[in-house]
Amino acid sequence: MTFRKYLVLAGVAFFAATGDGFIARGMKQVGNISLHHLPDILLVVLNPVIALGVLFLLVFFTCYMTALSWADLTYVLPATSVSYVVLTLIAKFILHENVSFTRWLGILLISAGVGFVTQGPAFTPPPREKSEELLASLSARLEP
Amino acid sequence: MKSLYAWGAIAVIVLTSTAGDVLLSRAMKQVGDVGALRRRVGVLAVLARVLKNPNFLLGVLCMATAFYSLLFGLSWGDLSLVVPASTSLTFITNAVAAKIFLHERVDQRRWVAALLVAGGVVLLAV
Repeated sequence: MTFRKYLVLAGVAFFAATGDGFIARGMKQVGNISLHHLPDILLVVLNPVIALGVLFLLVFFTCYMTALSWADLTYVLPATSVSYVVLTLIAKFILHENVSFTRWLGILLISAGVGFVTQGPAFTPPPREKSEELLASLSARLEP
Repeated sequence: MKSLYAWGAIAVIVLTSTAGDVLLSRAMKQVGDVGALRRRVGVLAVLARVLKNPNFLLGVLCMATAFYSLLFGLSWGDLSLVVPASTSLTFITNAVAAKIFLHERVDQRRWVAALLVAGGVVLLAV
């Protein structure tokens, strides 16, 4: 794992959290959409906050796909769940929402999960590479 | 009856988003390391390779189904039930599916991580 790859994982977490945040705020500005006026859902992207949210979520998706191209799904998902932590910190310190004790406990569990998974390897090599690795380590041992 | 519908929607969300994640992950492994590929063939060629991958298209379709199921789920059940239940269950089903379909080495460390995050997500919504 290089610094650049950690930056991509941070991008997944950051853009998912902020993108969702912008969309939530934008939808509150737009208000309820009635089932009888469903086409209105297409017009909500004209709201600048929602447009920004969509843009951020596009960046999130690009980062997510990039991460999946070199890391396991079972590594990327827990590692990027740090976005829940970011969202709660935004809620507490920027939106001044009340964050309860159980939510802080949830943050603690998620952070522990992130810490756990990022200590391990990010990628399971395909079977062919595994046998090559084994061969390489064997031949290294056999060499005088 | 409504809660039965809500749990039905949760089941559909969990299944489709797990299938979507597994398909997207498989697609990107087939495409290869995007960073290295971009340096070799350029951004547009990488983009074309991703968009032409059938697993990617199927994965996006599954994700879209999961999104619309979420909207239906929210109309039948509470936000505080549907979102944490489906998100936390997806973390666990993803670990199982990645082991079976992607042959990932899901060791004790990754199981503990998936369970901790799933539990944490539930607590966030309490």
